[in-house]
Amino acid sequence: MLGEFIQYLFSGLTSGAIYALVGLGFALIYNASHVINFAQGEFVMLGGMGTVFLAAAGVPLPLAVVVAIIGTACVGFALEKLAVEQTKNASVVTLIIITIGASIVLRGAAQVLFDKQFHTLPAFSGDEPINVLGATITSQTLWVLGITALIVVVLQWFFNRTLLGKAILATSVNPLAAKLVGINVSFVLLLSFGMSAALGAIAGVLITPITSTNFEVGIMLGLKGFSAAILGGLGNPFGAVIGGLILGIVEAFGAGYISSEYKDAMAFIIILLALFFMPSGLFGKKGTERV
Amino acid sequence: MTLKHTRRTFMAAVAALGVAAAASLPGNAQAADEPIKIGTFLSVTGPASFLGDPELKTLQMYVDKINAEGGVNGQPLELVHYDTGGDPNKAVTFVKRLIAQDEVDAIVGGSTSGESLAVMPLMERFEVPFISFAGSKKIVDPVQAWTFKTPHTDTMACEKIFEDMKKRGFTQIAMISGTGGFGQSMQAECQGVAPDYGIEILADETYGPKDTDMTAQLTSIKNTPGVQAVLNPGFGQGPAIVTKNYRQLQIDAPLYQSHGVASKKFIELAGDAAEGVRLPAAALLVAEQLSDDDPQKPVVTGYKAAYEEKHGEGSVSTFGGHAYDGLMLIVDAMKTAGSSEPQAVRDALENTKGYMGTAGEVNFSENDHLGLTPDAFRMLEIRNGDWVLVDDTTG
Amino acid sequence: MNEATPMSPRPSSASTANISRPGDTTPPGAPERPAPQAPGTPRTGAGSAGRPRQGLKARLMKPRTGGLLVLAVVVAVLPAFLQNAFHYDVAIQIGFNAIVAIGLNLLIGYCGQISLGHAGFLGVGAYFSAITVTNFGWPPLLSLVVAAVVVGLLAFVIARPILRLKGHYLAMATLGIGLIISIILNQEAQLTGGPDGMIVDPFTVFGFEFKKPWHWYSLVGGLLVIAAWLSLNIIDSPVGRALRAVHGSEVAAEVVGVDTTRYKVMIFVVSAVFASVVGSLGAHYIMFLSPQEASFFHSVELVIMVVLGGMASTFGAVVGAATLTALPQFLTFLEDYEHLIFGLILMLVMIFLPKGVVPSLAALFKRGGEK
Repeated sequence: MLGEFIQYLFSGLTSGAIYALVGLGFALIYNASHVINFAQGEFVMLGGMGTVFLAAAGVPLPLAVVVAIIGTACVGFALEKLAVEQTKNASVVTLIIITIGASIVLRGAAQVLFDKQFHTLPAFSGDEPINVLGATITSQTLWVLGITALIVVVLQWFFNRTLLGKAILATSVNPLAAKLVGINVSFVLLLSFGMSAALGAIAGVLITPITSTNFEVGIMLGLKGFSAAILGGLGNPFGAVIGGLILGIVEAFGAGYISSEYKDAMAFIIILLALFFMPSGLFGKKGTERV
Repeated sequence: MTLKHTRRTFMAAVAALGVAAAASLPGNAQAADEPIKIGTFLSVTGPASFLGDPELKTLQMYVDKINAEGGVNGQPLELVHYDTGGDPNKAVTFVKRLIAQDEVDAIVGGSTSGESLAVMPLMERFEVPFISFAGSKKIVDPVQAWTFKTPHTDTMACEKIFEDMKKRGFTQIAMISGTGGFGQSMQAECQGVAPDYGIEILADETYGPKDTDMTAQLTSIKNTPGVQAVLNPGFGQGPAIVTKNYRQLQIDAPLYQSHGVASKKFIELAGDAAEGVRLPAAALLVAEQLSDDDPQKPVVTGYKAAYEEKHGEGSVSTFGGHAYDGLMLIVDAMKTAGSSEPQAVRDALENTKGYMGTAGEVNFSENDHLGLTPDAFRMLEIRNGDWVLVDDTTG
Repeated sequence: MNEATPMSPRPSSASTANISRPGDTTPPGAPERPAPQAPGTPRTGAGSAGRPRQGLKARLMKPRTGGLLVLAVVVAVLPAFLQNAFHYDVAIQIGFNAIVAIGLNLLIGYCGQISLGHAGFLGVGAYFSAITVTNFGWPPLLSLVVAAVVVGLLAFVIARPILRLKGHYLAMATLGIGLIISIILNQEAQLTGGPDGMIVDPFTVFGFEFKKPWHWYSLVGGLLVIAAWLSLNIIDSPVGRALRAVHGSEVAAEVVGVDTTRYKVMIFVVSAVFASVVGSLGAHYIMFLSPQEASFFHSVELVIMVVLGGMASTFGAVVGAATLTALPQFLTFLEDYEHLIFGLILMLVMIFLPKGVVPSLAALFKRGGEK
């Protein structure tokens, strides 16, 4: 029984870590710009597919990873510079549609540039599962969890200890005031999109050995990542991670103990219930509406 | 005031323009040197793109080839294609476009069962010969006058698998099915025929088509006492993840996959975990291993060589094979009929006998628009990263 | 609109009119703000919507009458350009989508409440009709009405807790509800046919079967004009003014005594019912129904129609629906590049016309009218 319980937990952690990593990207962009970037899942796809195709073209794997991440970051810069920045006073809904448009463009481009097949990457440290108390977990899951934790720590340090990080936070709270105190707001926005795209690409590289990837893999990952970020409370990277892990664990326990048909529905019911009682998510700041 | 009012009217006029623009949709096709038009609608994008992509590539490749060889009945073929993204509603609109606007002579396609089922009433109403590439039994049962299909039904796959299980002495099994159209349909079909083979399904789990980890469901199966074998109907990346998780949990019972993963891609995605997995598939995957006197051998080696020459080593899949069969059946029927007149083509199609395709020997009749028998399936096992024929009923 | 009357009984009607002032501070360019109206002017039946002292010409030029007239003329004249079953099909699909978009526009454009789950309501209506008619032999019209009531009730029940949420959290909640509905439709294969879908009986009313394209065209065209008329009336009613207050500033509206939640709930229900009716009819029209109708993508598509055409503009919703339905048909020649170009067009339109096609063009046409 214990073995079963732990196995469900591991299963949940595996999915959860993936959702958390994608959710982080949402939190990062939201933090700086209050934009929900529905193309975040496509950044994940670009990271994975980019690496696969660079490696196939003969680029050594580590270099392929780096190039794919940098390339995706450039796509993030472009999205901010060419689209988001051009719409100065657009409403939130308009911005959402623009990012949805961007996600369609990126999928369309990937379909032409890469292909429509599924691809995978070798696991970082082999496929041998690790046995713990009668349950097993793959080493790749530990990589995902470990790097997610590392990223959270780095982000906390970045936002709380560095000038640039503080500038991003300040921009998020009040862009006008931030501008007045000399923060280059448009640079901050550009940076946050680039960082978030790079983060997505890292996620893509990390999870491809587990889930494999194709040009449309970003749709579902984006949806789950968005759910994770909302459940955790928007704009809180730590919350996004916890949200993602909860989501994954609810799904796994739901599938294991109740019904695998309705495990996704259970995850969404949990989110709805959470929102009914905590309208700003688990760790979100209390929303203040401008009057 | 007047200005304001003009503005309202103007806006309404804009609305009108929008609608009017919609009305002047792409113009009617030209009627130059009278090619025979073959229409097709496939899920080239969307969750079923791994079906639609090789299907379209196959059709394009062979239409070019046929034209290079002088066409059909002295007329060139023209392929008119639309991408449905796997959406049955879009399929309906596109089929109306193919019939009413492009005025095609015959239609092949429909990568998923949903798309095919949705458009069948149109084929009947407008009397267009139609060959579907989708699996569901409902497409040909009950038989509709104008609809045919090339792939084996899911029921046949279940029967082939259960036959093999029975031979190996397995009577208590577990299933883990994808919740996409294919997985759910096959899950239901297998449940239906399992009693005929004395097979009992002890555990019945599912997973979403885009799920990232299935160890929870597999743990339930592992902890179900008495399970001798596990069957995983599904397609896309799901079965590859199931297979990897299966090895991760070190489950000893043999794993069966379905014909939904019948391409080298599956072995590539699942890696070493795929070793020992069995699945039913058309002979196409093991073209070279067929005995030389097998009448299917020339067809499958020919298609495989042509496809892989253009799209790379190991790229051939049985899905593209379904498209090949569909196109060739239509072309043969047109040649037999001596024209592309719909009624004549339909009749010739229905009288097709002994056509040897990638899926097996096709014998259509008034009561059978599938024309395949279950022994058209071969049982394969994955060994050393390649397919191995484990069937003793070959040939 | 008569629905408005119980919401604003005569004594309060004057005060409702007064609080329409915050509504006047809605973002500039909200195009269908009705012409200023004397407070407390009794709104009579919609047939005689114009103010008594207006002449015929003035009445025709009124946005409601004028715009509606144009829409009706377009609907009436369009068949002259439709050459075949495919053209009719696209026109009919535009009509269906436009009706849903008009309903959704009330919610997004006027209440400022996003819904990423509206296809869920459409799906429930569609499956309710499909199952009761095809499997249980109900008369289609009865099924359609009962489905609308069921969906209305469903929307009513979930509206209150959901509409308390703001912005992205509301988007998530509606998304979640849409996805849960879609999962149920996919899983309950015994009833719904599962992901492979189900075949649906034709639409018959008192023995008359809607079969020919022009039958459907007339039905959908008529419903579209009625939907636009309903929408314009809701906007131009005391409720509508309260609604614009909600979009302008909820707190301010509450301060002056508008029961914002009640109005938001009402519009949420209305827009869900629009979707349900279209779902029911659409299932009979296609004679096939798959869970894709209720999918997240379809929900997103509907929102794009509203935003692309122009939020807070009934005719914008129609234009948006027409564009998004017809554009893919024009782009098919691009083959593999279709999605890339479609996405680019969507992005470019939203970047350069952030308020949507109709309001932006109207503002341009107006050459700097108000502000």
